[in-house]
Amino acid sequence: MSRYRTPLSRARGLGAAGHGAGHWISERVSALALVPLTLWAVWATIHLATLTRDGAILWLMEPVNAVLLVLTFLVGFWHMHSGLRVVIEDYLETILTRSAALVANLFICVLAGGLAIFSILKIAFGGAL
Amino acid sequence: MVQLTLPKNSRIGKGRHFAAPTGAKRTKTFKIYRYDPEGLENPRWDTYDVDVDACGPMLLDVLIHIKNNIDPTLTFRRSCREGVCGSCSMNIGGRNTLACTHGWAEVPGEQITISPLPSLPVVKDLVPDLTMFYAQYASIEPWLHTETPEPQKEWLQAPEDREKLDGLYECILCACCTTSCPSYWWNGERYLGPATLLHAYRWLIDSRDEAAGERLDALEDPFKLYRCHTIMNCAQVCPKGLNPAKAIAEIKKMLAERVV
Repeated sequence: MSRYRTPLSRARGLGAAGHGAGHWISERVSALALVPLTLWAVWATIHLATLTRDGAILWLMEPVNAVLLVLTFLVGFWHMHSGLRVVIEDYLETILTRSAALVANLFICVLAGGLAIFSILKIAFGGAL
Repeated sequence: MVQLTLPKNSRIGKGRHFAAPTGAKRTKTFKIYRYDPEGLENPRWDTYDVDVDACGPMLLDVLIHIKNNIDPTLTFRRSCREGVCGSCSMNIGGRNTLACTHGWAEVPGEQITISPLPSLPVVKDLVPDLTMFYAQYASIEPWLHTETPEPQKEWLQAPEDREKLDGLYECILCACCTTSCPSYWWNGERYLGPATLLHAYRWLIDSRDEAAGERLDALEDPFKLYRCHTIMNCAQVCPKGLNPAKAIAEIKKMLAERVV
């Protein structure tokens, strides 16, 4: 940065990115969706612990259970991605480390979410019988 | 990465001690941050045992007493001495406040620590460099924007619309809130900070202003606005009792309103 840049020029920077509201809303909407989903997931975990392996597979083959579990992971990873994005923007200073971390955050969340959802669907469609 | 320790030349060493005058009945110790940019030394903590019966009740009275009677080299800003100008904002006992409206007896502990507002470059002793703070304030164009030709007399405003500016117009730009905000510490060049955003909201809800859309456009940015995570330090420390966090939340609500 040129040391002759005026303070106002520095304060204005590159201007407003023109986004942020969508991310802010999505963080809140996903948090809202996670309230009932998490309560259901706690109940489901306790219930699953009482079942045998075959019982658990049959339980997951119920459409309602499979869909709710897929949604829990989908919304969970979406929310995690949004939250981690904020942490990265807060604490990583240089454009290079910040960009790399943002990309890694996206890739890891999509990969982990994709694997989780594939596993649920595999069981739900009878792949574990 | 975030810097968790001070750079070598910013580490604060032990400074001089000024004992209380003989015969002083009631004394209090003040530990004050000292830094001289013209010297080569690191900053230091000087301690002053002050005869509190010889000075007024406010911390600014103590600082003036030290400068006049103990150590004339101590540098600090002050002007109105009644909480109107915002000059004497500093960190007292770990909390940003105005030295002129804060009594030394209100600060707990044996020893009262006084340092400049956090996160800003230090000009000298208790004087921080507010250049960026003022530039950020200027960047939101804190004046009335209109396109309608000016009326013959004045822009009219209903009493209920005027009331919306209460809790906002009282801000004296002392920077206590902005420099208490961790988000501002980490991203001070890009995040506008609570004081500037409070003023941005003050113009956004002014019924006479015609540029709300443009003002919101200029704020919709992950860094300029959305670094606020409702930490609430701003509202905790504001010496005027204002709530910048609420004003920022209102801006976020206005931005959400545009898309739903």
